[in-house]
Amino acid sequence: MLYINCPHCGMRSQNEFSYGGDASVKRPELNKEVSDQEWDNFVYNRKSLRGKHLELWQHISGCRQWIKVERDTATHEIFRTFKADEEVA
Amino acid sequence: MTQAFRIENGGLINRDKKLSFKFNGKTYFGYEGDTLASALLANGVHLVGRSFKYHRPRGFFGAGVDEPYAVVQLYRNGETEPNIKATEQELFDGLEAKSVNCWPSVNFDIGAINNFLKIFLPAGFYYKTFMWPKSFWYRIYEPFIRKAAGLGVASTKHDKERYEHKYEYCDLLIAGSGPSGLAGAYAAAKNGAKVILAEDKPRFGGSLLTSDVNIGNQSGKDWAEGIIAELKTMPNVVVKNRSQIFGYYDHNMLVMSEKVSDHLPSTKKYHPNKRLWYIRAKEVLISSGSIERPIVFGNNDTPGVMLSSAAKEYLKVYGVLVGRKPLVFTNNDSGYETAIEFKKHGVDPVVLDSRKNPESEIIDEAKNLGINIKNSYVVVAAQGYKKVKSADIASISEDKKQLGKIENIQCDCICVSGFWTPTIHLASQSGNKTKFKEEIDAFVPGQSKQNEITLGAANGVFSLEETLKTSFTAGSELSKKITENDNKVAIPNVVEKKSSQHDKFWCVPLPKGKNYKRFLDFQNDVAVSDVEIALREGYRSIEHVKRYTTLGMATDQGKTSNLNGLQLVSEIENKVVPAVGHTTFRPPYTPVSIGAIVGREVGKHSKPTRKSPMHSWHEKNNAVFVDAGVWLRPRYYKRGNENLFEGSKREAKNVRTNVGVCDVTTLGKIDIKGPDAAELLNRVYTNAWLKLPVGKARYGVMLREDGIVMDDGTTTRISENHYHMTTTTAQAANVLSHLEYYLQLVWPELNVNVVSTTEQWAGAAIAGPKSRDLLQKLFPNSDVSNEGLPFMGYMEGDLFGVKARIFRISFSGELAYEVNVESDYGNFMWEKIMEIGEEFKIQPYGTEALSTLRIEMGHVAGSELDGRTIPFDNALEGLVSKKKDFIGKRSLQRSAFIAEDRQRIVGVVPLDKQTSIPEGSHLVKDDKAPLPNPKLGHISASCWSVEYDNPFSLAILKDGKNMIGQKLFAMSPLKNKVIPVEIVSSHYVDPKGERVRS
Ligand SMILES: [Zn+2]
Repeated sequence: MLYINCPHCGMRSQNEFSYGGDASVKRPELNKEVSDQEWDNFVYNRKSLRGKHLELWQHISGCRQWIKVERDTATHEIFRTFKADEEVA
Repeated sequence: MTQAFRIENGGLINRDKKLSFKFNGKTYFGYEGDTLASALLANGVHLVGRSFKYHRPRGFFGAGVDEPYAVVQLYRNGETEPNIKATEQELFDGLEAKSVNCWPSVNFDIGAINNFLKIFLPAGFYYKTFMWPKSFWYRIYEPFIRKAAGLGVASTKHDKERYEHKYEYCDLLIAGSGPSGLAGAYAAAKNGAKVILAEDKPRFGGSLLTSDVNIGNQSGKDWAEGIIAELKTMPNVVVKNRSQIFGYYDHNMLVMSEKVSDHLPSTKKYHPNKRLWYIRAKEVLISSGSIERPIVFGNNDTPGVMLSSAAKEYLKVYGVLVGRKPLVFTNNDSGYETAIEFKKHGVDPVVLDSRKNPESEIIDEAKNLGINIKNSYVVVAAQGYKKVKSADIASISEDKKQLGKIENIQCDCICVSGFWTPTIHLASQSGNKTKFKEEIDAFVPGQSKQNEITLGAANGVFSLEETLKTSFTAGSELSKKITENDNKVAIPNVVEKKSSQHDKFWCVPLPKGKNYKRFLDFQNDVAVSDVEIALREGYRSIEHVKRYTTLGMATDQGKTSNLNGLQLVSEIENKVVPAVGHTTFRPPYTPVSIGAIVGREVGKHSKPTRKSPMHSWHEKNNAVFVDAGVWLRPRYYKRGNENLFEGSKREAKNVRTNVGVCDVTTLGKIDIKGPDAAELLNRVYTNAWLKLPVGKARYGVMLREDGIVMDDGTTTRISENHYHMTTTTAQAANVLSHLEYYLQLVWPELNVNVVSTTEQWAGAAIAGPKSRDLLQKLFPNSDVSNEGLPFMGYMEGDLFGVKARIFRISFSGELAYEVNVESDYGNFMWEKIMEIGEEFKIQPYGTEALSTLRIEMGHVAGSELDGRTIPFDNALEGLVSKKKDFIGKRSLQRSAFIAEDRQRIVGVVPLDKQTSIPEGSHLVKDDKAPLPNPKLGHISASCWSVEYDNPFSLAILKDGKNMIGQKLFAMSPLKNKVIPVEIVSSHYVDPKGERVRS
């Protein structure tokens, strides 16, 4: 079970969180003309990276905040975590 | 029965407490502190089971966790548990056990015929022999395999025992209480670290219990006892015996199974049977020791052949002689230690050493005691069927290829030592890439992967002095990092005998003309010849060889067989062992009871049970409950002998004619506040929300980004910046997360807060033509007329002093209202409604009547919003705004979603107006068409229409828009039904929706 550092609550076990997928995906702006390809990329197409991956988790049984977690998908090593509005450098 | 093989004195058992037990129906006696294995051996019982494949007689091979044979069915306190290792089961008074794998009995076993048919059961026999003809599989092969090849029998009864889970955090977790674990624990504890020390056996001390060493001028055993006693007094230390750490998971999470009650005749009151510990450790010290390796020779599975370390443990810990004429067969000095122990107890062993001229302190001691030692000698084959009677022995050439003349010597047990294999399972599970250590012919942990360190024998270090030194140091260093204390602990003096180099020899060649089975894996009956066949047939990867031959796949997970298997593959393949590699170690290290894994989450505790504030009223009024997610909801209120069909029909009819009340507390409720609340709703729902006035409710549908309907419900504007959203019972949690996702990540600029208020409000739906009359009496000071509170209107009211929210919304399609009060007043509200409603012939109605009412109205619910439908499919396209953008809108342009013949909701009526259509039935054009019969749609929900008094169903049907009036067939192969049906509008009752507005 992973041990995730919630930027709001501190170190918590994985079973308090739910996974939210790739954090680098940006939703196209509302009311903007979007091509089929762009929309498909947003809704469906994911890279399924091996290695360092920035992903979303929600601290669902804690503060209910969505957070960003930089994790190695092969080793499960967690490098850094960020608040939702924090820029990832 | 006398315990003929128990020595007069000695051992760590309690001779004052005699225990009676039964094995295969026969009564024996043992002592407190025995294991089932030691007690049986004390009584001279060596035959305990039959092997998995050939059903050959099997005895005891080890004395602990590594035991491959002695797996029994245990009976305790009216319960039975399969696959218990007799070497791990502590004896208690009244214990009963039986052999497994034998039928009809351990002494006469039908399956042993396999032994004579073994030519037909080579490697991969599961894949080959039983493959053809196909029809034989079910009738002959499978039943045969099940009968002959199973291990124990699982109980089919409910398990009365209780199992607990515990979460723990510590600075240093130590796996194993041998010299390394004790030293590490002691040093770290002295530095104030929070330490957990786990030992799988009942006694602490590991190898110190059986080895002839001195630490700090005491015997190893006494030193261990002193350390444990001191650790137990320290508040920062937890020491746990009977506790096996079986899994090393990510981020230093380890899981330990503590056997709390297995050693007792029955579990004490308020005690669990087992306790599963989830331990998050800052640092882990793996001091799991090592397991002795067998040497492979002919018939090496005969009862009486066992590890030399096990023979020593039976003698030193349990005071049991495993034989009176022992033969010790060794390639290293450990065998001599066992021989010396035998000799000290008046038994004359013969030692066969594969080495030519070994010299060491231990060997000198053996020689001085006058032990008969034969160098360059090996056991070629054990003789005897149910017990070793003699051994064929021979001298062996220096290259270990040529055997000398075969001699036969009498013996009643053969104690084997092929050197030691470090127990690296936990290190490997942590992700540590292990490395092969040439000097010991075994793998040891490599670079640490997580915060783990492996020391002592588990790290391939067999010198006690070095083990203590490194472990004391590690305990100090690891704890210093955490506690910043630096209390020095003096490392005690060690007296131990130096040993000489072991012989890299593991398998005795077959003598000419002999075809003995030489077993590698004792539990799964994998012999040298099986691995040879696998390699001949082209299997190369060790992972493939393992699966094809089943080497190392039994419940002992190859603890004694892995390395010899690798040696064999490397020899045939002409590769070095590290190039062959080993198979992956996966948790659990030892089998763990399913009950322990499940813990207390069984039966009604398998999930939380949510009840509405009116639950006790429902119970008192004969409600029959149904699970709705984790909620319990009344399905109908039983009157007399009514069944579900009759009761729900009565309730639904009463709503259509008078008035009914339904508990709708379970609906998800979300409070939405903030200046941008309307904007959020406008983006989340498909319809327009910016112009909803205060005091009005609106029905909305929300999509996922892929255009599929996520949920529906009404949202009410309570005040300028305050909305009350309702969701379906099932989707409440998902919708909240969905809103939080968009507010926190996608549109953080929106100034809105959302919070779940599901549990804050109790809800009652009051529905039926007389509902307004009732409402007026409930709220005499409010104007609830059609003008005062029109359809989709909202007002606050005073329910006899209790603040209430009144919504004029309808799911039943009748004139209807929903009243919400704070949860604590729920029961008060409900009783008032029932009391005042009496004059209007009110009846409570449950979910079944609720479904009936919504189905015949064509209102969609979870069975239509099933994660596969878009708004059009549910006839909800009128709610999809063309003007504004919203979540999922872009997806609605996908070609499949705008296809001319897109699926759509329809009503379905059986032509005979009698036969109810099972939910899930498929709609087809031709009921006689060959399979697979093209499916046009499926029945999503069925009811008995109380309006028309005939069955009615909803269906999602391909090109449903143009199918009205068509005749089709509803087919349910599950229920074996074919029903001719007519397709009608989904709005079966009141298609214009006049009633809700009346
Ligand atoms: Zn948090």
